Amino acid sequence: MTLDMVQMILVTVLTAATPLIIAAIGELVVERAGVLNLGVEGMMICGAAVGFAAAIETGSTLLGALAGAGAGLGLAALFGLLTVGLAANQVASGLALTILGLGLSGLVGAPYVGLKRDPAPHLEIPVLSDLPGIGRLLFGQDAFVYAGLALTCAVSWFLWRTRGGLILRAIGDDHTATHALGLPVRQLRFLAVLFGGACAGLAGSYLSLAYTPFWAPAMTAGRGWIALALVVFASWRPARLVAGAILFGGATVLQLHAQAASIGLPGQALSALPYVATIVALVLLSLGRRQGGSLAPAALGRDFTPHR
Amino acid sequence: MTIAATEPTPASGDPRPLFGAYGIVKRFGAFIANDRIDLEIRAGEIHALLGENGAGKSTLMKILYGLLEPTEGVVTHRGETVRLASPEAARRLGIGMVFQHFSLCENLTVAENIALVMGKGLGRRALADRIAALGRTYGLHLDLDRPVWSLSAGERQRIEIVRCLLQDPKLVILDEPTSVLTPGEAENLFAVLERLRDEGRALLYISHRLDEVRRLCARATILRGGRVVGACDPRTESAGSLAAMMVGEEVRALTRAAAPARSPLAGPERLRLDRLSLPAPGLHATGLRDISLGVRGGEIFGIAGIAGNGQSELFAALSGEARAPEDGAVCIDGTPAGRLDINARRRLGAAFVPEERNGHAAAPGLSLSENAVLSRYATASLTRFGLVRRAAARALAARVIEAFDVRKTGPDPAAGTLSGGNLQKFVVGREILAEPGVLVVDQPTWGVDAAAAARIRQALIDLAARGSAILVISQDLDELFAIAGSIAVLQAGTLSRAVPRAETSREAVGLLMGGHPVVPPGRIREGAAHAT
Amino acid sequence: MRLDLVPRAGRSPLAAILAPALSFLAAVLLGGVAVALLGVSPTAAFAAYFIAPLSELWSLQEIALKAAPLALIATGLAFCYRANLWNIGAEGQFVVGGLAGGCVALATQGSAGFILWILPAMLVGGTLAGIAYAMIPAVLKVRLGVSEILTSLMLVYVAELLLDYMARGPLRDPAGYNFPQSVPFDAAARLPYLMEGETLHAGVLVAFASVVLATIVLGRTLFGFEVRVVGASPRAARFAGFSEARLTLAAFAVSGGAAGLAGIAEVAGKIGQLQPTISPGYGFTAIIVAFLGRLSPPGILVAALVIALTTIGGEGAQIDLRLPLDLTRAFQGLLLAFVLGADVLTRFKVRLVPGGAR
Repeated sequence: MTLDMVQMILVTVLTAATPLIIAAIGELVVERAGVLNLGVEGMMICGAAVGFAAAIETGSTLLGALAGAGAGLGLAALFGLLTVGLAANQVASGLALTILGLGLSGLVGAPYVGLKRDPAPHLEIPVLSDLPGIGRLLFGQDAFVYAGLALTCAVSWFLWRTRGGLILRAIGDDHTATHALGLPVRQLRFLAVLFGGACAGLAGSYLSLAYTPFWAPAMTAGRGWIALALVVFASWRPARLVAGAILFGGATVLQLHAQAASIGLPGQALSALPYVATIVALVLLSLGRRQGGSLAPAALGRDFTPHR
Repeated sequence: MTIAATEPTPASGDPRPLFGAYGIVKRFGAFIANDRIDLEIRAGEIHALLGENGAGKSTLMKILYGLLEPTEGVVTHRGETVRLASPEAARRLGIGMVFQHFSLCENLTVAENIALVMGKGLGRRALADRIAALGRTYGLHLDLDRPVWSLSAGERQRIEIVRCLLQDPKLVILDEPTSVLTPGEAENLFAVLERLRDEGRALLYISHRLDEVRRLCARATILRGGRVVGACDPRTESAGSLAAMMVGEEVRALTRAAAPARSPLAGPERLRLDRLSLPAPGLHATGLRDISLGVRGGEIFGIAGIAGNGQSELFAALSGEARAPEDGAVCIDGTPAGRLDINARRRLGAAFVPEERNGHAAAPGLSLSENAVLSRYATASLTRFGLVRRAAARALAARVIEAFDVRKTGPDPAAGTLSGGNLQKFVVGREILAEPGVLVVDQPTWGVDAAAAARIRQALIDLAARGSAILVISQDLDELFAIAGSIAVLQAGTLSRAVPRAETSREAVGLLMGGHPVVPPGRIREGAAHAT
Repeated sequence: MRLDLVPRAGRSPLAAILAPALSFLAAVLLGGVAVALLGVSPTAAFAAYFIAPLSELWSLQEIALKAAPLALIATGLAFCYRANLWNIGAEGQFVVGGLAGGCVALATQGSAGFILWILPAMLVGGTLAGIAYAMIPAVLKVRLGVSEILTSLMLVYVAELLLDYMARGPLRDPAGYNFPQSVPFDAAARLPYLMEGETLHAGVLVAFASVVLATIVLGRTLFGFEVRVVGASPRAARFAGFSEARLTLAAFAVSGGAAGLAGIAEVAGKIGQLQPTISPGYGFTAIIVAFLGRLSPPGILVAALVIALTTIGGEGAQIDLRLPLDLTRAFQGLLLAFVLGADVLTRFKVRLVPGGAR
């Protein structure tokens, strides 16, 4: 295998990992604030549909991506109103969001089925992008890939280096105590939910604007759920999340390659691989967790009504 | 750090109080928690706010800290009306708070917990320096990088105090600050508080511990039923006169009537623990080490100790919610029961009342009759062919309500709608009506009004008189000295030797609670209280 | 401004019924706006969605046939959700149930002699398979503390792919011109029709009986009490001597069994053979149904009928008015969101208070 072939595989893996990274980093912030939003899949698919529609209408990938993020944000606002504002059950609300998002995306996307547009442009730096072995990998990706990695760094910095991040983690750890200190529990949780929604929407728009690039109903194919699993897999840490996403992206790519090479396994078995891998990862993580303390935000998924 | 330089000392006489609260009314729906309360706090004084649970202390305190806004009334700062819309607003005015149930995030470090309430633009190093300086001034030392869950109650309170002092407060509100401390830790706290007072700060000291109030405070405001019922100088009052103001005359009479009518007759041994050891069930829990005791029929055996020293774990081991490694570690009426579950132990004639009413002894969302089913379905024939006999459950609940005078609204209300005292009477009554041979009660009157507490204690005494063995786990020394025949102390998961109540003193027990083995050996008679 | 939630003293039974009804009304109104935006008369759409399906025998039967699996699955799920266990993999348990029961049918294909046992064996086989499949997330949760939400969901995809493989591969009808489906089942392996020449089959009765049974179990038995206590106060449940682990397994078994039974009833009733896909998302729609019915079996029955009505109506509207099917899904999601919000309003008074949010 030549160096360029290795690079080609790595590029594919990174491309497959990017939507997972973007969606999961958003959900990571949401969960760090103590909220479990199961509606990632719904927000993501809406982002894909709205992003593609907006890009076709305006002819701009950037506006498409922004519209996609906006769509996710809008759905997340509904979720936030229900769970943070009204203390409704988070699991059920997240599922409602998933179904609503799937339906809405179909409605928005219907006129755009079968249309195609050029994928988001890739970075081209003379000399650097043509470097053998690493040029395409490091200097030849599209903006989403860099945005995903930049987001991860930014979230990591925010959570551990800023006062806002400290308050967010504190709220996710104990909402009663932080409320008693007068910290804005619900306000911050709502903002975190909105951020998570925008990220999910952006991840969806990456699929329809750069990855495929076209719109097809239900094109997220469970990536939103994988992103949720990924947050747990990464034990709520951004750096591990990137590693996990590359692992998961790698599994997807492996499945495609193995299918092409027809290694004798039925295609369905390979398609099931990422899902089985998620379960295995969850099991392994729980085995590791038994020795130490709980890594999960302690208030995760619990309703909060300020006592007054 | 001191504010004495910039603020007038109390003697120098600004006639206006530092903070005043006038005509404070707080309603929650139909319930009036605070009814036209007036309170003035002056610089350089430790002002006691006395009252029983439910007297309205917590509500008033939350209003002063900006957590609640009053329905009516005003708060003033040096005569000017101020609005305390949030704790941040209160902190800006120089009001700080040390919470009873610490408002700390367990999985964050000490430094992070302190940084939470500090304003922007304070670097980590600067903060660490200020904390260190404070530690030197007041003797409050903190290990900044440790996660809070690994700290003791005393250490946690130190964080609260440091966090409060870093804001250089003019008024410090302390809510039951000694409730979780050992006597030694409490002494250290008092020293800090006196020093703060001498610096010219005001302290609002909320407590129902009369001795502390008499030692520390120059003025006291007494609340009962949401109203101010008196103000005095506690140093000139006796504990008895303060208590009378706090609980009111009628209740005091009942308390006296319930005074110990104990029967020291030694029946057969009905509950026995034999070298019970259990590992700590979690990060924040305490393991049990080699605990042995025996309780005879007719005896009330008291276990004293400060919360978090293994009480919940011991209760779980007794009830069967946690199983012992060997059958013989727990014996109920002679039957080895260490590995039996809670219902098997109930069938042996044992009954249990856990500390937490809401969510442990009772499910707050379920009705009283369903809560009767909760602990009695295995022993009171409340089911037939797997179906719940609802009429029988209602009848059982009605008997408990009748026998223990449980006040409620509606025919079969949800347990969560009852007041603390009434729900406690219900859960204690539910078990006592089973006429258990062995009863284990954890904090029987915690957070319960005096009348209900008296009734519950009397019921325990009466049950013992009928020949049952009763084990009472309590933090309340007054309670143990009132009802228990012998007392042992649970400290860091080990149980001290039991001594007859008549042969020990509060001081001796208090020292044991703090981990000091002080009782001279001669004072303990082997087997006198039937402890092994 | 901030939202304050003030707990209500008690929940009035009127509000408990009114809240979902008003939510439904609000969702219908909003759906009407969406329909108008799509350029279709809202009145015509309303008629197509809610009136037309009720006016003909065949569509009434279709509603019952759609409502039956939804009600059956949702009733099972109510046991899980009441106990705070989040089985969202009913779709997978449905598929596995259908597949396993279908395998029984295919294995006994062409048996002669006494064949009355075949149909019961299929139903039992489907139920057991659903239970077994639900045991995977349940055991992982009990033993290792793995979140059942994620595992049960991941297993949906695995089950769907398994069925896809089986229907295209080992179980394919060799004489079926390469169509990805099994041979049609024998008559002995089919649920009997209730009316001559019509589509309504006995699966509807199975579902109805299950709802009645579940009403009794949840409301009157000690097991139902256990489910409610574990969900409402886990510590009180331990004090009562209820084992959380055992209940987790039991609740998952009930919901998995119900979904598996629904799956084989669908295969043995409506479909009559194995195909790569046997469910139009019943397992997920049932989650909406469960919450719409407020996790009580009678409520679930009503909710299942409402959802089935809108689904059949949606199919009609697609043909007659060219309204997309996704509209139905969006409507259902919105309906659930409204019901969840309205449910909070029955427990709390909501007040808008001036001042910062906290």
